[in-house]
Amino acid sequence: MDSGLFARALKHPSFRLGLFGSAGFLLLAIVSVFWTPHPTDIVDVPNRFGEFSSVNWLGTDYLGRDQLSLLMVGIATSLKVAALAVAIGALIGVPLGLIAAAQRGWLEAFILRGNDFIFAFPAIISAIIITTLFGPSAINAMVAIGIFNIPVFARVARGAALSLWTLEYVDAAKLSGLSNGQISFRHILPNIASLLIVQATIQLSLGVLAEAGLSYIGLGTQPPETSLGLMLKEAQSFFFGFPMQAIIPGIAIVLFVISFNLLGDGLRDTLDPKLTKAGGIDVAS
Amino acid sequence: MIGFAVTRIFGVAVTLLVAAAIIFLLLDIMPGDPARFMLGINATEDAVAALRTDLGLDKPTLERFFIWLFGLFQGDLGISFSQREPVTALMLERLQVSLPLALSALFLSTIIGLPIGIIAAQNRGKFGDTSAMILAQIGVAIPNFWFAMLLVLLFAVTWRIFPPGGFVPWGENPAHAARSLVLPAIALALPQAAILARIMRTSLVDIMQADFIRTARAKGLSLNQAVWRHGVRNALLPVLTIMGLQFAFLIAGTIIVENVFYLPGLGRLIFSAISARDLIVVRSSILVLVALVILVMFIVDLTYAWVDPRIRQGGQRDG
Repeated sequence: MDSGLFARALKHPSFRLGLFGSAGFLLLAIVSVFWTPHPTDIVDVPNRFGEFSSVNWLGTDYLGRDQLSLLMVGIATSLKVAALAVAIGALIGVPLGLIAAAQRGWLEAFILRGNDFIFAFPAIISAIIITTLFGPSAINAMVAIGIFNIPVFARVARGAALSLWTLEYVDAAKLSGLSNGQISFRHILPNIASLLIVQATIQLSLGVLAEAGLSYIGLGTQPPETSLGLMLKEAQSFFFGFPMQAIIPGIAIVLFVISFNLLGDGLRDTLDPKLTKAGGIDVAS
Repeated sequence: MIGFAVTRIFGVAVTLLVAAAIIFLLLDIMPGDPARFMLGINATEDAVAALRTDLGLDKPTLERFFIWLFGLFQGDLGISFSQREPVTALMLERLQVSLPLALSALFLSTIIGLPIGIIAAQNRGKFGDTSAMILAQIGVAIPNFWFAMLLVLLFAVTWRIFPPGGFVPWGENPAHAARSLVLPAIALALPQAAILARIMRTSLVDIMQADFIRTARAKGLSLNQAVWRHGVRNALLPVLTIMGLQFAFLIAGTIIVENVFYLPGLGRLIFSAISARDLIVVRSSILVLVALVILVMFIVDLTYAWVDPRIRQGGQRDG
């Protein structure tokens, strides 16, 4: 990734806003690992559905646990699931895309067909299959979202790599006796890295949405763990009486996703102002 | 065009077959004996064995796969282990909720998203464009099920205009059935409309810089005429692909939103089947969902080829 990209992106106001928001959420997630305002595993039922107060800034939930603390832990879980799903998608998808671009022919056709095939399995369907097999958990949600990320990264990597293979410096590398694999990893990958980072940002925000959807229907994170989606699921039963229970985690998801989207849009515009500003595709729903 | 369609139909058939095989095999390796589950832990070995024979569970995997596959062709998806009813009937009943919901959400998102995208592109950089795109940015970030909860709070609890949930079958009271689907459809449609608006805007902005638009303007067409006669038609191509993908997600999305409104759709059927270990229902429902997705993508491909002759002449669409 060229070092100037970040500096140039910083001139972009929406990128700065996105960076600020994303950094904030990341910080909350990291801090939650070491410290939360209140412990999240201590139930205090008499104190349930507490209002906003100086002790519990965002009130308490149906078990009397501090909402702000739960929110911090929930953000960390959601971020973890989305990030690992991106890692699964990138680690499998990028090599596939590079191979397709390097080899062409039947292997490329096979990979492209496989890509289309996986697109027919939205994350929720993979999640249903995985849950039927192994029961619900955050890891299953992560794998289901990750599977859907594979063709996304494969497409981006192949598309970007194809245009590089026609350039002279690749011809030079070929003449110097490097194999296709060596060229792909030494010369192609570094040059498509920034594009992949942009895609990763977008998939990350989609992953947060997907995690929320899966946990909400019971296919993702399970108690006593918590995630933003699970908080919404738990809030549903008390929603009419205590709407704040659902409104707060929902707003957190929206801000979280907007932050990462702005970050991704800003990076993309900086990389290539002509690139289409397509909205993301909701992988869960 | 016909040659193109035939090649694609063959591709769709192979894809469906592979999907069916994967879904069947994955769910076949699952631990737990449905017969044992249905009869409870106190059942005798003989009773379980008899039920296994009855359900056809004692046959080899490959044979069961082909029985299931041939059944699919005849519209016979087998008998539900837990409900003792034909799976086809169960699913048709549930699709009466899920399909109209997904279709009306697609319709709503199109009539909201496309005009907003077009107007934003026409007013590029001005106030209308900026505010539309800020709204769209928020729209794509809102989880549809959370939005659904907010809609219930506002329109069913505070104002009591729409029912907060539940569903009356179409046969009993069609007007009431339609009313129960209004809020879920809006909840599904708005986030998708935001995506469509963004893509429509980008696509149109790109097209408006093309040479043929400049020619149209030079011929004396006003900006509006150029946009509507030449721009929108060409800009719709990428939008079409996204709409195809969206329909797939809308079908899946109904599964989540159904939960907010307690709608008896396909999603609820799948979840109760998972907890009852009713594999045959899970398997067939998933295949029907996947088949719908594959079918919609096929239709999008055909439409694309019909609109853009370059594709059916063997050129591969970029993507």
